[in-house]
Amino acid sequence: MPEHESTPDDTRADLEEEQADAREPDEDGAASGMSRRSFIKGVGGTAVATAAMSGATETDAAEASDGPDGVRVANITLSINGEAHAVSRVEPRTTLLDVLRNRLEYTGAKPVCERASCGACSVLLDGKPVYACSILAMDAEGHEIVTVEGLLDGDSLHPVQEAFVEEDALMCGFCTPGFVVSVAALVAENDDPTLDEVKKALSGNLCRCGTYTRVFAAAQTAARRVREGT
Amino acid sequence: MKNFEYVRPDSVAQAVQALDRRGAMPLAGGMDMVPGMQDNVIIADRVVNLKSIRDDGVRGIRETDYGLVIGALTTLTEIAEHPVVQSHYAALAEATVEVGSPQIRNAGTLGGNLCQRPRCWYFRNEHYNCLKKGGPRCFAADDDAENQYNAILGGGPAYIVHPSNCASALVALDATFHVAGPDGPRAVHADDFFVLPTERLLQENVLRQGEIVTHVEIAAPADGAKSAFLETAERAGFDWGISGAAVSGVVRDGVINGPRIVLYAVAPIPWRARDAEALIDGKPLTEDAIRAAGEAALAGAEPLSNNGYKVPLTKTMVRRALARLA
Repeated sequence: MPEHESTPDDTRADLEEEQADAREPDEDGAASGMSRRSFIKGVGGTAVATAAMSGATETDAAEASDGPDGVRVANITLSINGEAHAVSRVEPRTTLLDVLRNRLEYTGAKPVCERASCGACSVLLDGKPVYACSILAMDAEGHEIVTVEGLLDGDSLHPVQEAFVEEDALMCGFCTPGFVVSVAALVAENDDPTLDEVKKALSGNLCRCGTYTRVFAAAQTAARRVREGT
Repeated sequence: MKNFEYVRPDSVAQAVQALDRRGAMPLAGGMDMVPGMQDNVIIADRVVNLKSIRDDGVRGIRETDYGLVIGALTTLTEIAEHPVVQSHYAALAEATVEVGSPQIRNAGTLGGNLCQRPRCWYFRNEHYNCLKKGGPRCFAADDDAENQYNAILGGGPAYIVHPSNCASALVALDATFHVAGPDGPRAVHADDFFVLPTERLLQENVLRQGEIVTHVEIAAPADGAKSAFLETAERAGFDWGISGAAVSGVVRDGVINGPRIVLYAVAPIPWRARDAEALIDGKPLTEDAIRAAGEAALAGAEPLSNNGYKVPLTKTMVRRALARLA
């Protein structure tokens, strides 16, 4: 990846930024967008050493005074299932789904359509279901991500997972993690949903096998389990 | 997806500065941008993540003396679930809840929804170098084209339909879009924000390079003011609408004043049916008047080879929407 190699221009830009930083100290390392250096500190978070960052980004020195600088690769920290994960050298085009599956081995969320249409990649972001295929990994920083793996309580299944087993709510199973995540979000907000509410909540997930009736039944069974604490 | 430079501005001013050059594009919820970039249809050298902006006013919903202010970064879920939007700006609540799926509404923002690119599948296919991408022709205009979702009004030389149903609702509600840019802030009426392909081919609105929508303002409804939005889609929930209508007006003693009838998914912009509006303005909203308005709204329709069905369908949308005001 030659574009990430340090170049004399980069070094010069680094020096200029160091001087700029000295004039305008960055408070608590938050991403200020004012300089590449402070930005990287922010993106990297406290858990990631900023070593290896020097020269890890590419900036045209001529653009340095032309507004806030950006990055072409950066170290990031993601909070997944309650745990902070440092991920090094992430390109901005990398999606959250990519990082989950290929860098961190959370393979519950599935890549299927990869254009925000099928729901197989659904994860919770701050408690709400989103499509991990269409959210940039860098955009997920600072948010709480929960994947289908994170619904487990030790070795015990989540009530929603229990309900999917009980109702035999899957055929090939590829869409199942996405449905489980969507149902988990639904029953956390509404433990007595009508069939219509279930359908609306699951309208962003597709099942090519067509097991919708069983999935809807599982959602209502899950809600009952949550309601009754079983 | 081509790699790009990623910028996290702190403020609107920084975002505008970062966007003020060719190839720079703003990113909000990413529900159109990211799949568009994955398909090589939206190409950016630099992506400016607006979500890092910390200025007041770019997110959240506030009631003011004037009416309602909605930050452009407010998610569609927040808007759809907001009690004041539901009670006083029904057309917007009803449009927002129809956008995509829960996952899309949880991440997608109002600003992004208004500025999303067209769904025409010739445009969305990177191998068709269509007019909207700077190419030589509009493939949807061909007689043997798959143009069932394209325009029946206001088309030519490109025949896209505007994909945002919130846009139609906000035109019906006479909203004002507040824009920030290199030349400072400006306010643009929703009516003037969206432009036909005859005016601009490569984008669907008046924004200049470096400009972003920061917030949307809607005047408080007058006494008796009502609004409604409805659409129909091939798959209820999730799919883009194939036809719809947003309507508003002040209704007292069964008489409607200052009506707005805005058609969705049938034209390259939210389409004001001004003849239909004039026909019912100041008149009782009777069944006959509603039927006549539906006819008038589609009188100028010029369907393509495969979308004639949209004419009767949209008449029905207009009638049903107006009936909700009666």
